[in-house]
Amino acid sequence: MRSRSNYSYQQQQQRGFFFNVDWAIVFVYLALCTIGLLNIHSAVYDEKHPSFFDLSTDYGKQFIYIIVGSVVAIVILLLESRFFSTLAPVFYGITTLLLMLVLVVGRNVGGNQAWISIGGGFRLQPSELAKLTTCLLLARYLSGTNIRVTDPKSFMISLAIIGFPMLLIMLQPDAGSTLVFSSLIFVLYREGVSPYFLILEGLFIALFVLTLKVNNLAYIIGALLAIAIIILLLFRRNRKLMPVILAGLGICVAFVLSVNFIYSKVLKPHQKVRIDIVLGITTDIKGKGYNVNQSKIAIGSGKLWGRGYMQGTQTKYSFVPEQGTDFIFCTVGEEWGFAGATVVLGLYLFLLLRIIRVAERQRSTFTRVYAYGVASVIFFHVIINIGMTIGIVPSIGIPLPLISYGGSSLLSFTIMLFILVKLDSNRMGIVY
Amino acid sequence: MNSFFERRYVIAGIFITLILILLARLFYIQIIDDRYLLYAQNNVLRKVYKNPARGPILDRNKKILVQNEAFYDIVVTPNLVKPFDTVAFCKLLNIDRAEFDKRFEKAVKYSPRLQSPFEKQLSAQAFAAIQERLSEFPGFDSSPRYLRTYPDSVAAQFLGYISEVNDNDIKKSGGYYHPGDFIGVTGVERSYENVLRGRRGVENDLVDSRSRFKGHYANGAYDTAQVAGERLISSLDLRIQKLGERLMTNKVGSIVAIEPSTGEILCYVSSPTYNPNLLVGHERGNNAAELYKDPYKPFFVRPIQATYPPGSSFKPLSALIAMQEGIITPETTYNCPGYYWSGNHRVNCFHNERHGVVNLASAVAESCNGYFSWVFDRLMNYNGARQTASTFTNWRGNVAKFGLGARLGLDMPSEGKGNLPTAAHYDKVYHTGGWRSSTVISLAIGQGELLATPLQLANIDATIANHGFYYKPHLIKSIGDKEIIKPEYRVKNYVGIDSQYFEPVINGMQAVVDRGTAAGSKIPGIIMCGKTGTAQNNHGEDHSLFVCYAPRDNPKIAVAVVVENSGEGSKWAAPIASFIVEKYLRDSISSRPNGMTPEYIMNANRLPALDNYYQGPKLKLPPSNKDTAKHKADSADKKASIGAGHKKNKNKYGTSAYQLERREDEEQK
Repeated sequence: MRSRSNYSYQQQQQRGFFFNVDWAIVFVYLALCTIGLLNIHSAVYDEKHPSFFDLSTDYGKQFIYIIVGSVVAIVILLLESRFFSTLAPVFYGITTLLLMLVLVVGRNVGGNQAWISIGGGFRLQPSELAKLTTCLLLARYLSGTNIRVTDPKSFMISLAIIGFPMLLIMLQPDAGSTLVFSSLIFVLYREGVSPYFLILEGLFIALFVLTLKVNNLAYIIGALLAIAIIILLLFRRNRKLMPVILAGLGICVAFVLSVNFIYSKVLKPHQKVRIDIVLGITTDIKGKGYNVNQSKIAIGSGKLWGRGYMQGTQTKYSFVPEQGTDFIFCTVGEEWGFAGATVVLGLYLFLLLRIIRVAERQRSTFTRVYAYGVASVIFFHVIINIGMTIGIVPSIGIPLPLISYGGSSLLSFTIMLFILVKLDSNRMGIVY
Repeated sequence: MNSFFERRYVIAGIFITLILILLARLFYIQIIDDRYLLYAQNNVLRKVYKNPARGPILDRNKKILVQNEAFYDIVVTPNLVKPFDTVAFCKLLNIDRAEFDKRFEKAVKYSPRLQSPFEKQLSAQAFAAIQERLSEFPGFDSSPRYLRTYPDSVAAQFLGYISEVNDNDIKKSGGYYHPGDFIGVTGVERSYENVLRGRRGVENDLVDSRSRFKGHYANGAYDTAQVAGERLISSLDLRIQKLGERLMTNKVGSIVAIEPSTGEILCYVSSPTYNPNLLVGHERGNNAAELYKDPYKPFFVRPIQATYPPGSSFKPLSALIAMQEGIITPETTYNCPGYYWSGNHRVNCFHNERHGVVNLASAVAESCNGYFSWVFDRLMNYNGARQTASTFTNWRGNVAKFGLGARLGLDMPSEGKGNLPTAAHYDKVYHTGGWRSSTVISLAIGQGELLATPLQLANIDATIANHGFYYKPHLIKSIGDKEIIKPEYRVKNYVGIDSQYFEPVINGMQAVVDRGTAAGSKIPGIIMCGKTGTAQNNHGEDHSLFVCYAPRDNPKIAVAVVVENSGEGSKWAAPIASFIVEKYLRDSISSRPNGMTPEYIMNANRLPALDNYYQGPKLKLPPSNKDTAKHKADSADKKASIGAGHKKNKNKYGTSAYQLERREDEEQK
């Protein structure tokens, strides 16, 4: 390794575009894409068009997307690393424009104005690209000289970079994609933002659930007060802690009140119902809870080894909705059982840990920040998507990375990962 | 490397933790919780039951008594319904808008994606008009179902009826029946349910989320084909059944005819009867409600559920037992002064007629009460008066062998036992040892506590015709295309009387018809042996009874006829029996010495006056709607049979009180 660092950038280029590629990530990428293709084939199998290569079917299209993705991956490996950091603001700008454009000319699919038709039956989903470009710009910003995310100004700018596309996506409105950006808190945390933010986010989630479940503001606020007093009494010698606790208490109470307000005044009925179902407040199996219930049935019926490839009845006979896209994990669970589900989750976990490992071996801050961004986004997608199919997370329509059917999603994750692979292959050089 | 390097572990830790939470949850729903597999099966597996055709029932000459006819249900799948012309549709089905909304709501409530019935049991004609327009109304469809139809509208109580299963039937059947299935409720339909229903086929279909057929589960490995119900050949003869029902028009009572050489029941009339077609199809609920309101209770199966004192028709049996016990010989004579003193209990002959010196045959022919009371007295005191109880028990045993006091085991539900009192009964009423032959002297002439069903009476007659044995009476001759006969119907049941004792009695019975009480009903050219009976009845006029068999040599038919509240046996029961006999033997009816014609009897109204007729407990039956009518009908049926039991008790009570009062004016013919 040492000796390699002596080679100049030019010399590395000459070794071909597979030089220094992290094969582990590539392998997991290909494995997940293959699993996705097989499961889409099974889920939306059409007897009249059985071939994988039939373009009229979703699996035929997905196959094309994978090939296109591979070509794009190779192109990315051919590009210079500097390309991505340099052009990050441009990419960000373009996606921002696209996000605005989609609000005007977008096609409304399932209540969300998230798609732009680009001819030939293909559609582009700018919000998928926005995840990538936001990661890039954030990395670019945080790798700048004298930028410390711990500085309030830098912190605010970072939040703005993340927040702007969130705002535009929220207007579509696409709650799932909006929430994905919140996962970038991990990046900020890694770069030095106080762990309180992480704790606060966890606390918020807990309070959010409690507020809706208990549905009695007096109890929750009373409990918060009691906890605050106990902590204050226990640590009464620690004067410094006092304002922190009090501030925390204030924030918590404000949060509880606002959740209550948003839930009862702002959220649309169908959104409320989704949340209610996950929290077990209502169990409306035939109505709004149908999707999640059927999804649980499909996965639960897989038992240990599953029914086998193409043998799943729940997905094949369309009891599970959105079986190729958001609920693709049902097919995995039903046909491959707990064993298959474990393999898929194992692959994701391996990929995530691998990305962290890759991130930490970088000399370049840009690559590290970007890597954490990629990891956070993938992680969030996996947890929310699979959590939704097994009923522990509200149904939020976001795809399972690399497995769900969909060109925008697949391409965007491919580009994300291969930019990382490219940047990593150049880890000994410093990219600004 | 910057100073927050160690935070990678925190982040990795969070990633690992949350993914493990997902895995734990997956482990729970996939491995531990078995419910989901079951739900999944319920989702895709649709058991389609193929109901086989119910077996038809034929008469002994293979004429159809009941068969299946297609009726049509209009069914609706709410999910598939698209906007349509509701007015036209309502008009087609002849319902109003409110009714339409009500039914549609019910269907949606049952299941939006499954078929449910919208209009039930339309006849083929009614359906034809609707069928051609049904395609204009998407979501609505028709579903044929096969219901019973009775071409000759006869033998309603014998055939019984079928009805949709209730919850109790479903529970008891151990999963065989499903809601909407039919089950026999009464009559043959009930007692031969297992044979008639056939075997239901099951098809395990795979369906998708919209209930669309997607294929057979496991390629049909678990499917079973339906097997049609067996054909039953009944022992009834449609000709005399029809004649019998017509003769009994506007009369309350029964006709039972048995073929002595087989035990097959040729005629099984319960009157008043009803048209079995009324209990099928669209209007069955209303019709059933109407029938239940009938005070003469058409659902009461009189041949086996009504019980009567046999009266004089019991006398041949009395004589047989006395001969077998060696008390009398056919030549034993008795000088009848027109009455008989049993202890201080006087038994009168009918109209106090002096019969003079009578032997067995003439006593039977002239129905001499004195003779039979004298014989009974001697029989009871054979072992001394102190042994009355044990002697009585012995006598009772002999009578019981003829099938009295117990069910004959007819292949029909709800058979009555009649009543044959025990010594213990008298011990209870008169204290042990406190009764003697004179106390129970009424039994000698078929009165007192003695009660028999018309079936039992006919069976005694068949036994006499056979000279001492009977075959178990039955209504189903053979089962299925192979015409299987139950082995129990080939067993001779001996009644413990040697065959040589029958001739004198039969001589008497022939004399009854030739020159005795039933001489008016003599059939020219056929030697018929019979015995009239006039059964006393606490609710109005006596019941008219007649038992007979014919021809004397090689008997073909034994008949018992009861016409309630119609006086002497010779007047109504005997001519009816003679018509049945002649119709059966000759398929024609000739003139009678007394000029009685079938038409005269058919037109006669002998219905007892309602204020005097015992109606049993009042039936409450608001015929509100069709669905509840059936349940109500069931309970009403129960009430009817309870009523019958009650009636029997009344009689029992009535007669024992009569005994206690020691009324001396018994008059028997």
